[in-house]
Amino acid sequence: MSNHENSLYSKAVLFAVVAAVTVLIGTIVTVFAPMFTAGMHPKNENLQPFTALQLAGRDIYQAEGCVNCHTQTVRPLKADVLRYGEYSKAGEFAYDRPFLWGSKRTGPDLARIGGKYPDEWHIQHFENPQAFFPKSNMPKYTWLKNKPVNAPETLAHMKALGFPYAEEDATALASATQLDALVAYMQVIGTSVARKEAIVVDASMIEAANPLAGKAEAVAAGQAIYKAECAGCHGQNAEGNIGASISDYAKGEPADTDTYITVANGLEGAMPAFAGQLSKDKIWSVVSYINSLK
Amino acid sequence: MNNEFHYDYKTVQGFVLSAIFWGVIGLVIGLLISAQLWDANLNFGEYFSYGRLRTLHTNVLAYGLGIGAEFGIFYYIVMRLTKRPLVLPKLARFHLWLFNVGMVLATLSLFAGMNQSLEYAEFEWPIDIAIVILWVLFAINVLGNVFTRKEKNMYVSLWYVIATIITVAILYIVNNLAIPASLTKSYHLFAGVNSANVEWWYGHNAVGFLFTTPILAMFYYFLPKSTGLPIYSHRLSIISFWSLIFAYLWTGAHHLVYTPLPDWIQTLGIAFTLFLIAPSWGSVVNGYFTVDKDWSKMRTNYLTKFFIVGITFYGLQTIQGPSQGIRVISSLIHYTDWVPGHVHMGTMGWVTMVICASVYYMLPAMYKTEIYSEKLANIHFWIVLVGQLMFSITMWITGIQQGAMWKMTNADGSLQYTFMETLVRNYPYWQMRTVAGVIFVVGMLFFVYNVLMTIKKGNDLAKQAA
Repeated sequence: MSNHENSLYSKAVLFAVVAAVTVLIGTIVTVFAPMFTAGMHPKNENLQPFTALQLAGRDIYQAEGCVNCHTQTVRPLKADVLRYGEYSKAGEFAYDRPFLWGSKRTGPDLARIGGKYPDEWHIQHFENPQAFFPKSNMPKYTWLKNKPVNAPETLAHMKALGFPYAEEDATALASATQLDALVAYMQVIGTSVARKEAIVVDASMIEAANPLAGKAEAVAAGQAIYKAECAGCHGQNAEGNIGASISDYAKGEPADTDTYITVANGLEGAMPAFAGQLSKDKIWSVVSYINSLK
Repeated sequence: MNNEFHYDYKTVQGFVLSAIFWGVIGLVIGLLISAQLWDANLNFGEYFSYGRLRTLHTNVLAYGLGIGAEFGIFYYIVMRLTKRPLVLPKLARFHLWLFNVGMVLATLSLFAGMNQSLEYAEFEWPIDIAIVILWVLFAINVLGNVFTRKEKNMYVSLWYVIATIITVAILYIVNNLAIPASLTKSYHLFAGVNSANVEWWYGHNAVGFLFTTPILAMFYYFLPKSTGLPIYSHRLSIISFWSLIFAYLWTGAHHLVYTPLPDWIQTLGIAFTLFLIAPSWGSVVNGYFTVDKDWSKMRTNYLTKFFIVGITFYGLQTIQGPSQGIRVISSLIHYTDWVPGHVHMGTMGWVTMVICASVYYMLPAMYKTEIYSEKLANIHFWIVLVGQLMFSITMWITGIQQGAMWKMTNADGSLQYTFMETLVRNYPYWQMRTVAGVIFVVGMLFFVYNVLMTIKKGNDLAKQAA
C-alpha cells in the first residue's frame, strides 16, 4: 500500500483518465492514425466488388468458420510462394469486410485457390474431401448442396455493402444452392493478381527421356503419389473422373517429356501445377506409373 | 472484517457457478474438436462440424468461463478493497442474470453460424450490443464502489481492474464497429489491411486486458491473502503496471508478420512486443520475491503453488510470445500448432490456475467454512499441470515439425513435402493432445467437485446454525 496521502492512487477519477490516455497513445499511433493514410486503403486496379453469388458464398465461408483452418495470405517467403503462388498484395483485399487472412493453416492457404481447380473439383471435394485426399481431416460439407441461397437476404447484404448488381444476378441467385455460392467465392479468391507459378518447366529443363524408365520401384513410387495427389480427379484406377482417363491417355503413347510437362505445369483452369511440390524424381516416377497403364 | 454480512456474496457466488457451468461446456467442446482434427468422421452435420465448434470452444471459454469468473471475482475483490458492499446490489444481480441469458443466446448464435469471422470477436452485432451493456453494468457497479470507497488509497488490484474496464470497452467497441446488413449479419466497418490491423490490435489486447490484467489483479490480491506475505515491492508494482498498459496497445501487428500490412506497423509491433517482456516479468519477479520471504508456504499453504506455478507460466508465456513475434521465428511457427500450444499454456497454465486458486480462497470466506478437501485441491493441481504441459509440449513439437516440413526444399528447388504429408504427421501429436485434454478436464472435474462440496458444507453449516 502506498503511504503517500495524496498520490494518484487515491484519486480514482484522475487515475482512470491517466490510464485511458496511456492506453490510447499506442492505439492512436498504430491503429487510428494509419487509417487516415493511403497505405491502409490500397486497391488493385482490376479488383472487382463481389458479385451477389460470390458474396453469398463468402457469407457461407464465414458462417461455417472456414477461417479457423484456412488462411488467405501468402507470405513473401520462398516456401509459401512455391506452395501457394504469388505472395499476397495489400490491394487485393479492398472489398474484404472483414479480412479473412486467418491465423492457422490446419488446411492449406486459399489465397490463390481461385482458378486453381475446375468448379467440379470443389463440388466433389466439399461433398467428400477424403475422396481426394484419403487422410484429409476436412469435414464433409454434404448439406450445402441441399440448401438454397437466401436471395433476398443476399441482395440486402449487397445493398449494405454498396456493391452493384444487375437484375439477372438476382434471378441467378434464386436458383442457386449454398454449394454453388461457395464454389463461386472459391473461384474469385485472389484472382485480381495474375496466376503465376514459381517453377514453370520447359523441355530444356528436363531430361530428354525418363531417367527412371524400366525401374519397377519408380512405378510403385509413382503409383503412391498418384493415389495421394491425382486419384481424386483421374480416378482410383486411372479411369478418369473430373480429369481425363489416364489409362486412355497412356494408350495414346504420349512422349514422356510431354507427360512430365503437363504434370509439372498443369493446365490452366483445369489442373493444378505440381512442379513446386513434387521433385523431378517424383514427377518422373508418376510418368513411369502412367506409362505402365498402357 | 467488520460488517462482513453486508457484502453481497450471492452475486459473486452466482458468477462463480455460472463460470464453472460454461467452463465445463467449453472444455467438453474442446475435447470433441481436438478429436475431430485427427478423425474427420467425428464431425456430425453442420451444427457439430469443426468450423462452428472451434469458434464455440474459444468463445464459451473466453466469455463464459474467463469473463464470468472475472466478473464474480472482481466483485469480491472490489468490495473488499473499497471496504463497502456493492453500491448497487440489485444492478449486480441483474448483471449476473443478463450475463447468463446473453451467454445462452451467444452460444446458440454461434451454433447457427452467425459469425463475424474476427478472432475472439465472432459474435454478431446484436450480441455485441448485449456485451457492451453487460460491460457498462459491470463498470457502473465497480466504479460506483471505487468512487465511494471507504479506503483512501487504491490497492494495485484496483488499478488493474480499472485499466481492464476502460481498455476492454475501447477495444471491443472499436473492433465491433460494423455495417449491419440484417439482424444476424454485419460487415466489418474496416476493409482489407485496415480490417486486419484493427482486428489484431483488438485480438492481442483482448488477451492483454481479459487474460492478463484481470488475472494480475487476482494475483496481486489473493497471493498476499493466501500466504499472509505482503507484495515484495510496491514500486515494482507501479512500474510494471504503467509500462504494461502503455506497451500492450502497440503490439497487435506481431500477429500480422509477413502479411500485406505495412512493414512499419509490423516492425513497431514487434519492437514493443519485445519491450513487453520487462513489465510482464516485473510482476513475475514481484510474485517470486513475495514468496521468497518464506518458501515453505509452497508446502504449508496449498494455494501458494497455484499462484507461483501460475505466474511462472505467465513468465514463460511472456518470453515465448515476444519470441514468436520476431520475423525469423514467426516464419517458422506461424500458422502451425505451435500457436495453440502457446495459447493453451496461458489459458490452462496461468489464467485457469489463478482463477481456480482465487475461487478456492473465496469459497470458505463466502460460505463461512473450510475448503471441502485440500487433498482434492492438490490432486486437481497436479493433474491439470500434467495435462497442460502435455498439451503444450506436443503442440510445440508438432508445430516446429510442420513449420520445418512446410519450408524444406529439394536440390531442384521444389518443395520436399506435399501439404498432406505435412498434415498427417500432426496426427499422432493431435491424438496425444486429446489425451492431454482428457487429463486436464479430469483435473478440472476434481475442482468442480471440490467447489460444489464446499458450498454444500457451507450451506449445511448455515442450516444447522439456523
